[in-house]
Amino acid sequence: MNRMSWFNTVSLSLGFAFLYIPMVILVIFSFNESKLVTVWAGFSTKWYGELMQNEAFLNAAWVTIKVAVFSSTIATVLGTMAAYVMVRGGRFFGRTLFSGMIYAPLVMPEVITGLSLLLLFIGIGLDRGVLTIVLAHTTFSMCYVSVVVSSRLVTFDRSLEEAALDLGCSPAEAFRLVTLPIIAPAVISGWLLAFTLSLDDLVIASFTSGPAATTLPIKIFSAVRLGVSPEINALSTIMIAIVTVGVITTSLVTKHQMVRQKRDEQEAART
Amino acid sequence: MRRFALISIPYLWLLALFLVPFAIVLKISLSDVALARPPYMPQFDWATGLWAFLSELDFENFVWLTQDDLYWKAYLSSLQIAFFSTLLTLLAGYPIAYGMARAPEEWRATLMMLVILPFWTSFLIRVYAWMGILSNEGFLNQALLWLGVINEPLTILNTNTAVYIGVVYTYLPFMILPIYAALERMDDSLIEAAEDLGCSRLSAFWLVTVPLSKSGIVAGCFLVFIPTLGEFVIPSLLGGSDTLMIGKVLWEEFFSNRDWPVASAVAVVLLLLLIVPIVLFQRNQQKQQEAEQ
Repeated sequence: MNRMSWFNTVSLSLGFAFLYIPMVILVIFSFNESKLVTVWAGFSTKWYGELMQNEAFLNAAWVTIKVAVFSSTIATVLGTMAAYVMVRGGRFFGRTLFSGMIYAPLVMPEVITGLSLLLLFIGIGLDRGVLTIVLAHTTFSMCYVSVVVSSRLVTFDRSLEEAALDLGCSPAEAFRLVTLPIIAPAVISGWLLAFTLSLDDLVIASFTSGPAATTLPIKIFSAVRLGVSPEINALSTIMIAIVTVGVITTSLVTKHQMVRQKRDEQEAART
Repeated sequence: MRRFALISIPYLWLLALFLVPFAIVLKISLSDVALARPPYMPQFDWATGLWAFLSELDFENFVWLTQDDLYWKAYLSSLQIAFFSTLLTLLAGYPIAYGMARAPEEWRATLMMLVILPFWTSFLIRVYAWMGILSNEGFLNQALLWLGVINEPLTILNTNTAVYIGVVYTYLPFMILPIYAALERMDDSLIEAAEDLGCSRLSAFWLVTVPLSKSGIVAGCFLVFIPTLGEFVIPSLLGGSDTLMIGKVLWEEFFSNRDWPVASAVAVVLLLLLIVPIVLFQRNQQKQQEAEQ
């Protein structure tokens, strides 16, 4: 069907308006001169300036980035291993428990994950700080990574790996030279997902952070509880801008890759 | 040997940081208030044996949950809010997914990206955006006053209505994506066949399109219902003091009242509530996978 019916046009326009208008309003009012977030008083970028002066926010941002980089990297390694074990591992003792532990954190309410990890850290006497947040974030995001990677591994043509083994590769070489390049896009999107989940997380970080380490979402949450403020609007605008650029770039890159892959496949079919 | 390492590293990680913490929650929920006061050492002493361990168990905290009607009300109102907001999200999401699946093919990738983009944006920020819109002097009230629809501002922020709006807004992508995936796979000629055989467009929709997108609808509903049940951010920012949701109660038990055993018992009961929808969701996913193969 090439032409859109009026019903579909209306539902799409209303739907996307609903999804985007709140964020557009948020961005517009970050440039508001007035301290009141709801009354327009002229264009100004002063809230961005104040944000840059606010050391508490900058420190929290730095902690958040550190946590996200470490946790998403460890989570990608562990999650890829877990996916490989799930898809290729065959049978081993406790396999059902293992797959249960991979899927359960995906549906576990954050308050429960946070509470249980906090009780563990207190139980073993680990001081709460950057390390405990990294451990907590790694645990739940490795499950997301393993789901993303295993969905790629399932569709993977196993004979390629077998060919490499037949041609004299060791299993490790076969993984590094054949499997990894093929599943790389899934591994990268798993990393990105883990990174965003970590940047975004408020609840688990609140439970597992100590006074020494406050992440940006915790900071934003405590500021926002007192009401709307233009500084938070400015901060949100920066975060929205980063995400938008990131998502558009990745989608362009994947599109480019898909086009190239299609062309390669067509050429391979011709020869 | 290498295979052993490959299996055991993620396995041990999950055992230590997922299963053991959960066992601790279970243990604390069953222990005395005095015992569990911080600094609580969740130790299991094998020396005293299993009997001593069992005799120490104490269901007092669970009895406490049934006696104070705060908890009952919180569970019921969480279920109610999760149920109705799932329904609302379905009503809002289905037409969008339908429109996307019927859109010209060259638009679909862009539309898809537009749905995913909010999902990558911070959850907290998306909830916060509504605080400015729904408040008494907020954008919505100003617009309605200006249009002359209302004479005085409506109180929406800090009510359950705001919670519903927040849930529908933040979880909409989770509803749209599985339904879209199901609708996109559908063969258009089935509708044409139904219409040729005398169905009206509406009954063709009810008799053909809806049943064929059932797996997507079910998946979307669970993806909204399950996280909403334990939601904390939305009720605490958009809801009022009378908005009772179990995630918020757990948070307050823990951070304000510092009552760990009760917080743990609340967590255990919440998980029990979630088991049924989670199992049903898993079954739906499995059925779908088998159908694809």
